Amino acid sequence: MAGLFEILEEKAGQHRAAKIVSVKLRVGLLSGAVPELLVTAFDMYKKGTLAEEAVLETVAVPLKVRCRSCEAEFEVDDFIFRCPSCGATDLEILQGTEIYLEKIDLEVD
Amino acid sequence: MKRKEVEVLEDILGSNIRAAAELKRRLLDRGVLAVNLMSSPGAGKTTLLERLAERLSPRYRLAVIEGDIETERDAERIRAKGIPAWQIQTGGACHLEAKMIGRLFPQLPAELDFLFIENVGNLVCPAGYDLGESLRCLLLSTPEGDDKPKKYPKAFRTAQCLILSKTDLLGLLPFDPEQAKKEALEVNPHLEIFLVSPLTGAGLEDFIAYLLRQRQKLTGRHA
Repeated sequence: MAGLFEILEEKAGQHRAAKIVSVKLRVGLLSGAVPELLVTAFDMYKKGTLAEEAVLETVAVPLKVRCRSCEAEFEVDDFIFRCPSCGATDLEILQGTEIYLEKIDLEVD
Repeated sequence: MKRKEVEVLEDILGSNIRAAAELKRRLLDRGVLAVNLMSSPGAGKTTLLERLAERLSPRYRLAVIEGDIETERDAERIRAKGIPAWQIQTGGACHLEAKMIGRLFPQLPAELDFLFIENVGNLVCPAGYDLGESLRCLLLSTPEGDDKPKKYPKAFRTAQCLILSKTDLLGLLPFDPEQAKKEALEVNPHLEIFLVSPLTGAGLEDFIAYLLRQRQKLTGRHA
């Protein structure tokens, strides 16, 4: 949460925002974070900040991988890292490990 | 007042990612193999470090950073083996972050072969924080059960090696090492897996040989 609020404060400062209205996060399946719990943590952390009245919206990002053998791209939802096309296990993760701050809505003068 | 939408597109763990990259560069410059040890509480991390201290020192120079929510106990156990150790008390935080390690960097001995970082006992949050390590090593102890890899996929996916720990209890518990290996390899086919009893030291030779190979790769020197 500290990392998120560092970015929020920086952006609010840059745009001279009076307050932060909403925050949108992209949360990867393999990010290690649970969207519901992020909302709870956000609501505790926001007190006394410019985001005090802000709503946190989370978007789940599927775990997308590419097979290094046959180039097939697919989604992993059961954490079994094996290519469904050729059976290879050397896979490159394309997305799904991140917690990305996508956008914020600000109220400015 | 008017509304303004601002696109940000930044990883909220960005400051840790940057701190870890910087720390990794500094450790590699010094030829130090940094190992981030992760597991549930009580899986045998500190006991493993005690055994490693006995086997590797004084031929190799070791240092240990211990992470715990409270107490200095683990660092004291390592110091009793003659190894320099620092205790980070996170005061409630469930994981270590790269900045915490970075603050201790100036205190590390100038000549060092291995830096072991024992993370806070937890298979969830530590997995999201790179500490600048070259090797992430996970311990799964036999009492925890062989079904854990898929329950904690991020920890298993981001590790390079797995120690199935407390093998001295095999036979007393319904833990099937083959099943644990199979599950772990499904999540991460590149894992190197070792069966070790930190208590008795059984199985430690293979793990030590692996550590020495990794260090050799890193420094290009003969370990």
